[in-house]
Amino acid sequence: MKTDHKGRMQALRAAFPYTIPIFAGFWFLGLTYGIYMNVSGFSFWYPMFMSMTIFAGSVEFVAVNLLLGAFDPLQAFAMAFIINARHLFYGISMLDRFKGLGWKKLYLIFGMCDESFSINYTAEIPDGVDRGWFYFFVTLLNQIYWVLGATLGGIFGSFIRFNTEGLEFVMTAMFVVIFLEQWNKEKNHTASLLGLILSAFCLILFGADGFLIPSMLAILGVLTLLRGHLQKGDVQK
Amino acid sequence: MTLTQQMITIALVVLATMATRFLPFLLFPAGKPTPAYIRYLGKVLPAAVFGLLVIYSLKDVNPLTGSHGIPELLSLALVVGLHQWKRQMLLSIAGGTVCYMLLVQLVF
Repeated sequence: MKTDHKGRMQALRAAFPYTIPIFAGFWFLGLTYGIYMNVSGFSFWYPMFMSMTIFAGSVEFVAVNLLLGAFDPLQAFAMAFIINARHLFYGISMLDRFKGLGWKKLYLIFGMCDESFSINYTAEIPDGVDRGWFYFFVTLLNQIYWVLGATLGGIFGSFIRFNTEGLEFVMTAMFVVIFLEQWNKEKNHTASLLGLILSAFCLILFGADGFLIPSMLAILGVLTLLRGHLQKGDVQK
Repeated sequence: MTLTQQMITIALVVLATMATRFLPFLLFPAGKPTPAYIRYLGKVLPAAVFGLLVIYSLKDVNPLTGSHGIPELLSLALVVGLHQWKRQMLLSIAGGTVCYMLLVQLVF
């Protein structure tokens, strides 16, 4: 089905409010990233280009260190893959929802960061709004905020001085709200609780730098073991 | 590192990131029926992943030093309280963030 100009504007208007917290979080984090690259001796072209092409926050910070170290392309690939491995879960969750969205699907997969995935998965898209364009605008707006922040940070670097201490909490608050949205929708809280508890446990056990992969494996393992039990009832209300 | 080496490094980071995003769609293309196990995972993983993301965004909080995670705990309680009360996404997020900023800038 072809969506006309009016339909696209409608999707944009529906998508924008969901991206406001990301706007606050991303220009700030993007700015921090740009400043970090700037003080590490890179021109603003680097954060601009990298935020556009990689578009995965934590890995971009790690990439700065990779660029400052010795040339080791295999290590660069392995590090980026491991840090971003959680995207594999997002893809599996979106297999059905991205079906039949044409060329937009390619961009949606390319731009599927934590935030875009979380919003697109949980948002209640109003009746009459085109789903594909809604996903598209959420993803595009988020990427614009991030690239703008990173570029500005790269240009103005260390000139920026104002008290934004604590603003980074906006991302935590957003993930908590998205967790609650999911929580309020589900009949059975097993998976939600497992995600929280297993990750917290792995964080204590493996520390902040190494807990992502063990957490994912633990989640995958326990959910697989509970398949017979969880598949019986419908998970969603 | 030379410019070429930098470009190769960045290209590989892009490639690895794209691999994590595109792999599920390449392995389970839309035209073919998705295995039941993968469909099951697609249903239960999001809830678990949102839990993981909450923990991930709090990973650098250390309850043993500094402010002992108290500003985080108070602000989290406010986010949860506001959200279960009003169900207004922006209000809950803004309320929690402002509370956290005030706590770390003025109190702790």
